[in-house]
Amino acid sequence: MQGDIVLTMRGICKAFPGVRALHNVDFTLRAGEVHALMGENGAGKSTLIKVLTGVYGKDAGVISIGGREVAIRSPQEAQKAGISTVYQEITLCPNLTVAENMFIGRDNSILVPWRKRAKRAGEILSGLGIPARPNQQLGSCSLAVQQMVAIARAVDMDCKVLILDEPTSSLDDKEVEMLFGLMRDLKARGVGIIFVTHFLEQVYAVSDRITVLRNGELVGEYEVEHLPQVELVAKMMGKELQGLSELQRDDGPEDEDSVPVYEAEQLASSSGIAPFNFAIRKGEVNGFTGLLGSGRSESVRAIFGADRVSGGTVHMDGKTVRIRSPKQAMKHGIGYLPEDRKDDGIIADLSVRENIILAMQVMRGFFRPISRAEQEKFADEYIRALEIKTASAETPVGSLSGGNQQKVILARWLLTHPDYLILDEPTRGIDVGTKTEIQRLVRKLAEEGMSVTFISSEIEEMLRTCSRLIVMRDRRIVGQLRGSELTQDNVMRTIAGGEG
Amino acid sequence: MKRNDKSLRRREPMTDTMLLMTITIAIFFAMYFAAMAIWGGGFLRWQRVFDMLNDNAALIIISCGLTVVMIGGGIDISVGGVIALVVMSCVVHLNAGGSILSAALLAIGIGLGFGLVQGFLISYLEIQPFIITLAGMFFARGMTTIVSVKPQKVAHEGFKLLMKTKIEMPWLGYIAKKGNLVPARMEIGVVVALVIVVLVFFMLRKTKLGRSFYAVGGNSNSALMLGVNVKRTRFFSYVLSGLLAGIAGFVFMMHTGAGNASNASGAEMNAIASSIIGGTLLSGGVGNVLGTLFGVMTLATINAIVTTSGLRDPWWQEITVGALLCFFIVLQSVVLTLRGKGGIRQMIPAWMKLPGKAEAAKPVEMAEPAEGPAEEEAGE
Repeated sequence: MQGDIVLTMRGICKAFPGVRALHNVDFTLRAGEVHALMGENGAGKSTLIKVLTGVYGKDAGVISIGGREVAIRSPQEAQKAGISTVYQEITLCPNLTVAENMFIGRDNSILVPWRKRAKRAGEILSGLGIPARPNQQLGSCSLAVQQMVAIARAVDMDCKVLILDEPTSSLDDKEVEMLFGLMRDLKARGVGIIFVTHFLEQVYAVSDRITVLRNGELVGEYEVEHLPQVELVAKMMGKELQGLSELQRDDGPEDEDSVPVYEAEQLASSSGIAPFNFAIRKGEVNGFTGLLGSGRSESVRAIFGADRVSGGTVHMDGKTVRIRSPKQAMKHGIGYLPEDRKDDGIIADLSVRENIILAMQVMRGFFRPISRAEQEKFADEYIRALEIKTASAETPVGSLSGGNQQKVILARWLLTHPDYLILDEPTRGIDVGTKTEIQRLVRKLAEEGMSVTFISSEIEEMLRTCSRLIVMRDRRIVGQLRGSELTQDNVMRTIAGGEG
Repeated sequence: MKRNDKSLRRREPMTDTMLLMTITIAIFFAMYFAAMAIWGGGFLRWQRVFDMLNDNAALIIISCGLTVVMIGGGIDISVGGVIALVVMSCVVHLNAGGSILSAALLAIGIGLGFGLVQGFLISYLEIQPFIITLAGMFFARGMTTIVSVKPQKVAHEGFKLLMKTKIEMPWLGYIAKKGNLVPARMEIGVVVALVIVVLVFFMLRKTKLGRSFYAVGGNSNSALMLGVNVKRTRFFSYVLSGLLAGIAGFVFMMHTGAGNASNASGAEMNAIASSIIGGTLLSGGVGNVLGTLFGVMTLATINAIVTTSGLRDPWWQEITVGALLCFFIVLQSVVLTLRGKGGIRQMIPAWMKLPGKAEAAKPVEMAEPAEGPAEEEAGE
């Protein structure tokens, strides 16, 4: 089944300002195999793909195709070298026809021989069993078919390496099956397929081999048969299954009878997660865990009203409240530190001071400004308390390191004195020292009576910080672990599900 | 193999581009035939059609350029200014003893110059096209006044002859009251404009560059991933628009024979309006110059109807054009939204549905059931 090596990447390194995205990563792809590339958020999957397709340049390392070293500087060069990519978002033009999409950007003739093109497109499509007509406007096809057209284009370009980047995330089960059929077909033709996904079942359904990345480093390459699902999860999350030592943890208050600070019943949102029940008590630190895409961020976004809430009731301190927008959530004393620092969190061009007082200003309403002296007092206080490393309170936040940016956002929420604080991946992409500081801070806040929900991709960190873990898989809650159940072993088994 | 051939022969539903264009053509004919039925007179003569073409040849040319730019997802509002500059420069040049050929070259040169500079700034330095061409517009208008503050009339004999030269078509003429045959007359500029429409139509439909405009306008990110040279494609759209503006300036001069700093004022807006009425989406990726030609003619017909119906004050034309433009944009958006939901057919009353494939091929007449008697012609 597996043939010669078509692609090797050796010692690939890539750094972005402040982040080491890839460090010395190797990757090998053979002809006629489906090779899954797995890893959690920030593991470096997308960076590796982007280096391979020429979107990013690499800092070090060698890429060779068919034994010959190649330099890939742009997506076009990657195509010429035989590497084709089908992205999660369809990268075709919906306003052109199917045949045009298959051939545009490829031929050099000035006049386009449409009849011939359409005929050729028809042959390829029917050869691959793709239900699309060449002269159909692409936008009138379903997403799955559009994706398959993109694959057909790649196949016709004699690609040796086909990268499928999260191709199944917007498809339903039947469409996924169709896509898998196509993948097996291509495999038989000797195409090497790199399959990036976060659905474990799908990996086991089609893949021959799995490469796991974590924190920008290679964990290893495994044959699917020799890597049970639970071990894959362990490798992605960063702990070997065997020989786990118990970690020191404070179990937090256990009084089951007290009224929860926040309680949701059958909360549902527009993001597609299953309706869930959730409660947190005063001074408790709990966490949502699960793989990327399992719905952990979506859950807290629903709690904060950041996604459109479509159902369920919420009680705070026993009273029924209505939280439909972040502003309402803030009024009820909920703070939320979002997963994506750059997009949702900091405003890079504003100063540290302005970023810190932002949430407080929103709470007070814009017609009651905070005096400059007060602002400076607050800013200085939190810069000192959280040890934010900044030249001054007036430095633009964009020029701070990732960890310190995170502290600024944390300061912003602490300033509003929330009863309930949600931290979504607060430690992602920051150095170990700051990570520990933030963990310590979370525990301290809880001791002072604040309730905290903490989300992290690093299971060890979760175990150290939280006294209760809610485990999610495929957009629903599949288990709750507390007290003595909180072991890495247990968590991973719950995440991976029954098999394994 | 057999299955393939069959599927190729099968009639596909129209693309958005074709659909919007067909709507425009249908509405143009509907309006024109309505005008013929209500006012008769001038509308019954072919000369009225040719008058509209004669008066709007330059507008047709710049509208072609704008259609291309808009398909590519951009905008070019400098074209009116470029026309004014070209006309003034060429008139001064001719009056200073220049030849017609050198004047034509000057016109093309000025147009190309604007296209190249604006195209470079927009495509390669990635500056907003609106800003750049706005600057281009001011620059061109300003330069026009520098070339000459006073209006200038062409004194060049050869050029005057060229202006007077008209193509006569006796077979489309009419018998005047005195009983003599007045042939239909068409200016040379119209020939130029129509040739350009055909060339641009062909370019957009059949060439690699033409399809690249659609790809870039449809989704520039995708186009890049598909291996289209997005920057170069954008660049060419502005170069083409500039070149056409230069040619339009020359055609404009052949029509008016005089340079004036306020020449072709607002022409860019009329060109944008014509493109939109012709089915070009401002968001890019959809459009067709044939539709644009009919867009210009629809505007001209509206103006003719407004004038004929006795509302001679100029603001009535503007109000009507404004309303029409609004109507078209709403119509386009409604049609495309319904199409996205596959809902056009559900809108059609059952008695209007034709059996079988003809139904899919003629959705436009059906989408416009209220437009009256002209629909049969529209389909032809």
